[in-house]
Amino acid sequence: MKQTLVKITTEWLMRNHIWAFLFLVVIFFTFASPYFLSINNLSNVLTQSAFIGILAIGMTLVMINGEIDLSVGAILAVSVALSIGLQNSGLGIWTSVMLALFSGAMLGFLNGSLIALSGINSFIITLGGLIGIRGLVFVYTGGDALIVKDFSYTEYPEIYLGPFSITAIIFLSLIAFFQWFLTSTKHGREAYAIGDNAEAAYDAGILVKRHVVINFTICGFLAAISGILLSMRLGTAEPQAGRIWELWTIIAVVLGGTRLTGGYGSMLKTLGGVLTLAVVQNGLRLMNTPNYVELIVMGAVLILALGLDRLFTSKTRENV
Amino acid sequence: MIGEKALKGFFKRNGLLLAFAFFLAVTALNAPAFLTVGNILDVLRQVSIVGTIAIGVTFVVITGRFDLSVGSGLTLLTVIVVDQNNIVGPLGAIIMAIFGGLMVGVWNGLLIGYLKFNALIVTLAMLSLLQGLTLWYSGGANVNVHNAQTTWYAFFGRGDLFGVPVPVWILLVGGAIASFALMKTRFGRSVFSVGGNETTSKFSGINAPKIVLFAYIISGFATACAAIIMGSRVMGAQSTIGQGYELNVLAGIILGGTSLLGGSGSIWRTIVGVAMLGFIQNALLLMGFPYYIQWLVTWVVIILAVWIDLAAKRGKILT
Repeated sequence: MKQTLVKITTEWLMRNHIWAFLFLVVIFFTFASPYFLSINNLSNVLTQSAFIGILAIGMTLVMINGEIDLSVGAILAVSVALSIGLQNSGLGIWTSVMLALFSGAMLGFLNGSLIALSGINSFIITLGGLIGIRGLVFVYTGGDALIVKDFSYTEYPEIYLGPFSITAIIFLSLIAFFQWFLTSTKHGREAYAIGDNAEAAYDAGILVKRHVVINFTICGFLAAISGILLSMRLGTAEPQAGRIWELWTIIAVVLGGTRLTGGYGSMLKTLGGVLTLAVVQNGLRLMNTPNYVELIVMGAVLILALGLDRLFTSKTRENV
Repeated sequence: MIGEKALKGFFKRNGLLLAFAFFLAVTALNAPAFLTVGNILDVLRQVSIVGTIAIGVTFVVITGRFDLSVGSGLTLLTVIVVDQNNIVGPLGAIIMAIFGGLMVGVWNGLLIGYLKFNALIVTLAMLSLLQGLTLWYSGGANVNVHNAQTTWYAFFGRGDLFGVPVPVWILLVGGAIASFALMKTRFGRSVFSVGGNETTSKFSGINAPKIVLFAYIISGFATACAAIIMGSRVMGAQSTIGQGYELNVLAGIILGGTSLLGGSGSIWRTIVGVAMLGFIQNALLLMGFPYYIQWLVTWVVIILAVWIDLAAKRGKILT
């Protein structure tokens, strides 16, 4: 009995090694900085991680399909610009937020439909989107930053439930929901089947194209949610908001252990990846390291993650 | 009808070029300054940096892999070449930049070719790493060449040779050499073979990891050449100078019709793709559009170009 428990735990850790890694990182920073392990700081880390984190949820979904979405940073910027721009032009706060969310979902839908209809690689379609959707933001804002007029808008992120900010609560709820979505719904199970082998999934009667369109729509919608939360927190809409965040998002997801090749991954892994990224950034800043250290460490950690993944999967899975 | 089939084939293969020629004609009618020798040379000079990098990245893409680290690489190497100009002089600076570029290529190539790590992630990590190294090296400060007016280093970015800017010569001569290496040498054939079907290439006795390593080294070398041009043109550098270049490079390669899946592509197609983007951007600016309109147009053009290419190959528009 005890033997099996140990075995199960080790196997779980091998599959979810990011959590063991996160634990080590937390221990390290606890000793390295006296400010790190406090409720206040950890609550902050969680809030800061939420923006990339929510993008990472959509990215995980898309990546389990074996696709990639490079346009999430640009879609986030659209949602930031619209939510602030529309309410400044006289629409109510919640109408603007709804429209921003809708436009995010629509842009995701556009990406997904183009991929499904044309059969072009999602990397190319969303690379185009990354460039072009950012162009849409500039067309809307004229290249200038917008500043919110009604400052009550920026007070929503100040809502706290114990140590959890509303932003963090939304992030964690989304993680929980999509974890359930992946493991317990038909759509979620099909995602793995498609990522493993799209042709076999099609032969098994799965509507692959419709599935992919839905996932890209969800991805765009989530990017818009992240954008709304960011606009509330900042109160301004920079047209360059979220630039290269798609890269950080991919880094977080891959760090968690979800594979770019598709068919494998989970939201809990992604949560681990997102938190690790945030803890490393926060810890290094608390230690007063110059900003280049952060970039170098992130590069190294990413390579390390690939190495660990290789090491552990060769033990737990024979293929790949 | 003699040649009807051949004509159809020609349109299918070169539809993009014809569409582009049509676009050039329309623009020339609307903006008389567009088709002047001076403007054309200007555009070519502008695209020479992206083009030079794209030549190298084309090798990587043909092997079926990515290189997202070229933008950061360009930044780091430009900062180094500019700063070292003041310390060890132009020749030493150029040698250091080229050495740096080769090193980046070796690292990428070893991790991706030999350890078989995912190319997207490795080059993403390299992007972050090189950005960090840039900030470490420069401390975030701008660097300048002190004797910008007198140094012979100005030749690479600002010089002219037979009325054509030197960076354009570098692009064309580099392109010709790369094209020869890709089409006429054993190495070049191996690059296609690895990208087309790696397993088959292995059974044909090709050392795939080594080919991948060399492809990345070429990419790093091309980035170093671009950095030398960039530094010479600007005579200064800041830590964001190469930001986003990896996207322009990929956009040009895709527009040229090189498949990201690997196994097909050519150097001249890449140069044409990069030049097309340059002319489109130039035309939009000449016609008085704000600068960000070019991003929207790039979006539409990339997707349309790839779609048309794909549709012609499979004989129908939708999947």
